[in-house]
Amino acid sequence: MSNVVVKAEDVSKKFHIGKLQKQSTTTLGERIAETVKSPARRAVQLMKGHATGAADLDEIFWALQGVNFEIKQGELTGIIGRNGAGKSTLLKILSRITEPTEGSVTIHGRVGSLLEVGTGFHQELTGRENIFLNGAILGMTRNDISRSFDEIVSFSEVEKFLDTPVKHYSSGMTLRLAFAVAAHLEPEVLIVDEVLAVGDAKFQRKCINKMEEVGGEGRTVLFVSHNMAAVTRMCKRVIMLDGGKVAGDGPAHKIVASYMSTGMGTTAERVWEDPDDAPRSDAVILNAVRVRNPKGEIAEASNISDDVGVEIEFKVSKPGYVLQPHIVLLSDEGVKLFTSVDVDPEWRNRPRPVGRYVTKAWIPGNLLTEGMCIVSVAIWALEPSRILQCFTREAVAFQVIDSMDGTNSARGDWAGDFDGLIRPLLKWETEFDEGA
Amino acid sequence: MSEIEQGSVAGRSVTVIRASKGWASLNLRELWEFRELLFFFTWRDIKVRYKQTVLGASWAILQPFFTMVIFSLIFGRLAKMPSDGIPYPIFSYAALVPWTFFSNGLSKASNSLVGGSNLLKKVYFPRMALPISAVLGGVVDFVLAFFVLILMMLYYETIPTINVLWLPLLLALAFITCLGVSFWFAAMNVQFRDVRYVVPFFIQAWMFATPVVYPASLIKSEFWQMVYALNPMVGVIEGFRWALLGTKTAPGPMIIVSSVVAVTLLVTGAFYFRRMEKTFADVV
Repeated sequence: MSNVVVKAEDVSKKFHIGKLQKQSTTTLGERIAETVKSPARRAVQLMKGHATGAADLDEIFWALQGVNFEIKQGELTGIIGRNGAGKSTLLKILSRITEPTEGSVTIHGRVGSLLEVGTGFHQELTGRENIFLNGAILGMTRNDISRSFDEIVSFSEVEKFLDTPVKHYSSGMTLRLAFAVAAHLEPEVLIVDEVLAVGDAKFQRKCINKMEEVGGEGRTVLFVSHNMAAVTRMCKRVIMLDGGKVAGDGPAHKIVASYMSTGMGTTAERVWEDPDDAPRSDAVILNAVRVRNPKGEIAEASNISDDVGVEIEFKVSKPGYVLQPHIVLLSDEGVKLFTSVDVDPEWRNRPRPVGRYVTKAWIPGNLLTEGMCIVSVAIWALEPSRILQCFTREAVAFQVIDSMDGTNSARGDWAGDFDGLIRPLLKWETEFDEGA
Repeated sequence: MSEIEQGSVAGRSVTVIRASKGWASLNLRELWEFRELLFFFTWRDIKVRYKQTVLGASWAILQPFFTMVIFSLIFGRLAKMPSDGIPYPIFSYAALVPWTFFSNGLSKASNSLVGGSNLLKKVYFPRMALPISAVLGGVVDFVLAFFVLILMMLYYETIPTINVLWLPLLLALAFITCLGVSFWFAAMNVQFRDVRYVVPFFIQAWMFATPVVYPASLIKSEFWQMVYALNPMVGVIEGFRWALLGTKTAPGPMIIVSSVVAVTLLVTGAFYFRRMEKTFADVV
């Protein structure tokens, strides 16, 4: 089907933001006059519907400028962009929370939006009561809720605490309950914000599966996220915003790749310009940690089958130390995946002369699983004595993405859940006797 | 909110979101479609109101009751305030029951948008649902306090007149007045947080402009009585006393004046609210 379900035409949104106070007044008389005048002036500004702020209020900021796109029925579309690119404003306009200054959006069908999990949960009410309240807030009728009540409860896994006030729930339980309600919303157009940024990995996976299921039912999903792995996996199409404008719109892997390569909000490089801030000892200063792809570019995302290089740049200012760089890889859940130390024979037992060193550790392709990888870096001295010289926790991070466009990945043609902390590509063999 | 044109194409609703210009329509149809949400907000307010209090719902009774005791001592005993020939305690309590409904509703509803800012910023629903449910939630308190009023009437052997049948309408008048003022205050509060500080003082001043501690019959001239009735709560409270206690004042014309003012407040308040609504999520 090629029905256009969501159509944004020239959508712009203007905000008035406070600018710095004008030059401070000097004389007491002026100050008194200012004190008298400013509430009046502020009241006038407020009457015009401008935002409040302590300072003067005539700075204009366009959160969105001339945004155009069309989304067809059943499309699962991702919206990406760094902080301040206008993602949240766009979502708020689509879900009718705020209106555009110019332009219009036309939506066919019932819209459900989920900008935050658990909006409107009341701490004093029980789980059961909150299911009904939250459902109503999200636009479900009492019948809808009663009908899917059992399903919601079993999805949320909080059966035992259904009649306990939510304030006694752990944050994980609250979250599961909230998502469970939202997941049973049945709108034709579903708008979801960063909901997946919270919760444990198992729960995130559950959420993603649920959303894929929703997409599979021919409903339209708009999904805003920072999680490039989730976006690439779930969405066929991605719209990238930058500075309030559409900076890219097309197939997910292409747009995500260009987002990564333009260095927007990269986590793949960490440089300490000021040696005083850098992790250091008397003898060793860490200058930078970078993640590079096989072409030598700094890369925040890497395809699952590509090697990933972790580069450590450091300076030695005192001779006579035998040094050993370490890296520790963590998953986004904080699980230590592995540790690796520099065993390059050239430097293994040799005291390092004063100078600058750039060391790379290559992590082979088809080892890490999809998702975020976080790298901690340490440099140990082995001689003259075993002392930690510098250490930086979670120095850099990168995403491993399976764009599923080639054959060289452990997934093969399997698009569903794929468990495991690592994802090696194994050699499989089969012996076959016909008719035996 | 935005100028929404909802129609139906091939059985599906179509929503157009664009900047609204000037005065928005009240869109009562949409409010009606969201009636269940209104119900759930009200239900939440009632459920939560006396959670984690030792005395629980008795507060609904204790508040007006102790106010009555204090008023009886000070205005009844000390100041010898006239009370249209009715024992002062029941004279003031009959006024305090609707007054407490009004003042609690007003103060809750005025803060309902600011208090619900998280909802305003994250979910779409007709924003009027928040102040309306804040006022509606007070009906339960009203009923509880009214029950005590019946007990007091038994104690003072007051026989209600047939005019008690007017009570639901009088309560509706109090509700309309409260909602009308709440629309104004709640919407203004989003922009000017000063409202939060003004409201308690405003309610106090309003109480003394209303015949709660004194009878309206203190005002002799018929003309001034009509001017007095421009305060819609005058009609409500005089009506309550007339219906329950059989006071002599025939409040008919007063109630008409009060009703006209109350409806005007409600309609203008609703339009003002709708006009400001589009900026709520950005400003709150």
